[in-house]
Amino acid sequence: MTADVKQTELVTITVDGVEMQVPKGSMVIEATDAARIDVPRFCYHKKLSIVASCRMCLVEVEQGGRPAPKPLPACATPVADGMKVYTSSPKAIAAQRGVMEFLLINHPLDCPVCDQGGECELQDLALGYGRSVSRFSERKRVFEDEDLGPLIATAMTRCIHCTRCVRFLHEIGGQRELGAVGRGEHTKITTYIEGGVHSELSGNIIDLCPVGALTDKPYQFSARAWELLARPTISPHDAVGTNLSAHYLRGKIKRVVPRENEEINECWIADRDRFGFYGIYSEQRLNRPMIKQDGQWREVDWETALTTAAEALRKITSDSPEQLGALVSPNATTEEMYLLGKLVRGLGSRNIDHRLRQGDFSDQAALGSYPYLGRPIAELERLQAALLIGADLRAQAPLLNLRLRKASLRGGSIHYLNPLRLDLNFRAEQHVVPAPTMPTELALVAQALAELKGASLPAAVEQLAAAGTRQDWHSEVARQLAESESASVLLGAIAIAHPAGASLRALGTLIAELAGARFGEISDGANSAGGWLAGAVPHRKAGGEAEQQPGLHARAMLEQPRRAYVLYNVEPEYDCWDPAAASAAMDSAEFVLAFTPFVTERMRAYADVLLPVGTFAETAGTFVNLEGRWQSFGGVAAPVGEARPGWRVLRVLGNLLGLPGFEHESAEEVHAEVRQLVGDYQPAKALSLQAAATAGSGLYRVASVPIYAGDAVVRRSTPLQQTSHAKPAALHINSADAAAIGLNDGEQALVRQSGEVRLTVKIDDGVPAGTVWIPSALSESAALGPMFGEVTVARA
Amino acid sequence: MTRESHAADEILTPEMRAEIDRWIAKYPPDRKQSAVLPALHICQDSNGGWLKREHLDAVADYLGMPRVQVYEVANFYGNFFLEPVGRHKINICNNISCMLRGADELIAYIEKKLGIRRGETTPDGRITLVMEEECLAACVGAPMMLVDGKYYTDLTPEKVDEILDSLE
Repeated sequence: MTADVKQTELVTITVDGVEMQVPKGSMVIEATDAARIDVPRFCYHKKLSIVASCRMCLVEVEQGGRPAPKPLPACATPVADGMKVYTSSPKAIAAQRGVMEFLLINHPLDCPVCDQGGECELQDLALGYGRSVSRFSERKRVFEDEDLGPLIATAMTRCIHCTRCVRFLHEIGGQRELGAVGRGEHTKITTYIEGGVHSELSGNIIDLCPVGALTDKPYQFSARAWELLARPTISPHDAVGTNLSAHYLRGKIKRVVPRENEEINECWIADRDRFGFYGIYSEQRLNRPMIKQDGQWREVDWETALTTAAEALRKITSDSPEQLGALVSPNATTEEMYLLGKLVRGLGSRNIDHRLRQGDFSDQAALGSYPYLGRPIAELERLQAALLIGADLRAQAPLLNLRLRKASLRGGSIHYLNPLRLDLNFRAEQHVVPAPTMPTELALVAQALAELKGASLPAAVEQLAAAGTRQDWHSEVARQLAESESASVLLGAIAIAHPAGASLRALGTLIAELAGARFGEISDGANSAGGWLAGAVPHRKAGGEAEQQPGLHARAMLEQPRRAYVLYNVEPEYDCWDPAAASAAMDSAEFVLAFTPFVTERMRAYADVLLPVGTFAETAGTFVNLEGRWQSFGGVAAPVGEARPGWRVLRVLGNLLGLPGFEHESAEEVHAEVRQLVGDYQPAKALSLQAAATAGSGLYRVASVPIYAGDAVVRRSTPLQQTSHAKPAALHINSADAAAIGLNDGEQALVRQSGEVRLTVKIDDGVPAGTVWIPSALSESAALGPMFGEVTVARA
Repeated sequence: MTRESHAADEILTPEMRAEIDRWIAKYPPDRKQSAVLPALHICQDSNGGWLKREHLDAVADYLGMPRVQVYEVANFYGNFFLEPVGRHKINICNNISCMLRGADELIAYIEKKLGIRRGETTPDGRITLVMEEECLAACVGAPMMLVDGKYYTDLTPEKVDEILDSLE
């Protein structure tokens, strides 16, 4: 087996008179931490490299009866058999006090105006080790502040040069955006010239900073640590299921910080997890239920709104139930999806779906019970080889990207097959091909694998492969997947949105099977697994039992417009595969009922009843992550306005409609009911293979969803929308194609798909010939059409 | 990565590259960044004794290092100058041996003579007085100074006059 499971050798050391067994080669501080013996520190962090620069963790060490002549830093002193460590002997304490006195020489005494006050490692340790009077009467050094962007506030004069932030951005974030410039007392943490910190994980340096040099900018001065209460919750922005702790004051969330869970997010969270919640307090919040009567909107009480909604739903479904379609956000809770599914089915329809950005549904009947990653998240960092198909993990699931980055740093071979070149923060092979040829490219990998393994391929795969030419990289990917003990083939959101997504899934599964690797899918949204399991799909009831007669899936519901729609936390013009068609379907519907935390002009135009439901923070619920892990959370914040938890609104609406099975008293009861239906879940297994799409002769549009555009909450997070990642949709086109049309960088272009929009041209040679990349889920591209498809481009 | 090494293309001449490559060859192939100090010296020598931001970027790109890491190196060492300098650089030792032998008075004399303070350059661009200089390991000849890398020891005001006046 691998080195990881090798028995670790133990040595015996004595810390403060207590004997303990610790792994050979580990540092003294790891032993003391494990034994919960407090050793003060600033620069040491268990997830970062050791620099031993702050010297705060000095301890007295004795080896073979001989005391070390000087105190040693616990973080950089490896344990040895028979070592004796004294963490609080007079000598150790004197050394720690000495270091503290030096650290405080230049540190300002501005705790009363410092946002870190009350949760400051320096403040805490100064209380324990500091003197009450400073002997330093010279001038303290001061620094100008750095502008690190909209998320991180700086007060560099407070910096004690632990370099945790520098090391984090280099070692974990993968972008060396900060450095320690200058020498001695002139040392300064800075970006030097480049403006700001842009890592999608940047907020973690706020937590890492042991002083008030780097603090949370949007949260700045809005509360004191000791006033806040904390509740555990789960990130609603991606399928990782990141564990969060939400800090709130008087019912309002003030900030979000990581909750350590080594199996999922370790001690990190993405900026989207941390700053996304600001969207909850958007000015667009819907405070009261509203109904439209004779073209006029008016605020009404809940009863009126629900009665109006129930009557309209009854009217339409009583004679033609199949005319009702329900679109639910993949970020809705399992409980909400379950009750909505029950409601839709109770009204006689089966048209419900959460797979709003999926392009191809042809294999849905053959799939397992939910989209599964194929292995636990933590295993990703030990992959020896991986093939990612249509995946931009940095935008879709930053914490999975982090795991893959670790795999790459450990020597793993990571391959991407994508219709555009990504800006990666680790070493990987990127195979960039036009979107329509992706199935062929995969078939060629499968062919190479079959040859390697002496297996035969289904005729359809051979046929697909025949349309392309085998290159070295196909064989190389095949060989690496086959030779690795631990390999994964992963399907990302771009592949899921691909019009031949089922083929990509089938080929990915085939490749994984041939190579002895695991196949996995990284679903869009936070709770696609919950959606599948709770019946928010048109072809499976809650629990996974197949529908005799499947209803319409998300795409079909919009392509064959319904007379009535229920939208559950969905903005069709941003959240759907074909925003233009979705918008049009809403406009032409007789009745649109929107369960929504927000209200926009667009919603006022197409909806008839608006019901204010709480966001993830205002309701109890459960997300099922891509490992199939059920994580329940309670409500954190008080609902905004008259908003109510969605499950309760659905329950009451179910009662008003006279449907059976809507008697739940709590979210937990709903949860128990779904859980009982589901029982033991089983991982997905994709099988069906469809014919490939053929490439046309014109330009082909490819879309992906930018990191801060994926859902209604994150789109309204002001801090995130101020970052460099939030850019208006542009037309990304390679220089040769641009030259052929006569387009220059920065000019306006007229792009026609099913609709027509003007977009700024961005020359980008990461886009293959014949492809244009136009991000979706942004207002500029909303009127254009599906995420994939042929477009014409002209000078504007 | 979208960032190309444009800086390296424009700033590093073929001769400079050849010279940097000689240094790179001294280290293992995956430790190209070990050549960062000589590479910066090569750039500094080619540019009248100081480094522009473009040089730092060029060296970073050429050696495959994050740019900020090269900024760290260039800022750390007193031998690298990030602002324009005079034709001659003078470092006057102010460490303890020289201080006991009159370095402070000597520094005051030189500053008065040139009409500039340490860290400044004469208006005619002739001489830069380097900010401060710790021990240059010539205590036996204290007080001493370094002029364009050359040691001058056992200094007196007369000797200093002679040395400074001979600089073109």
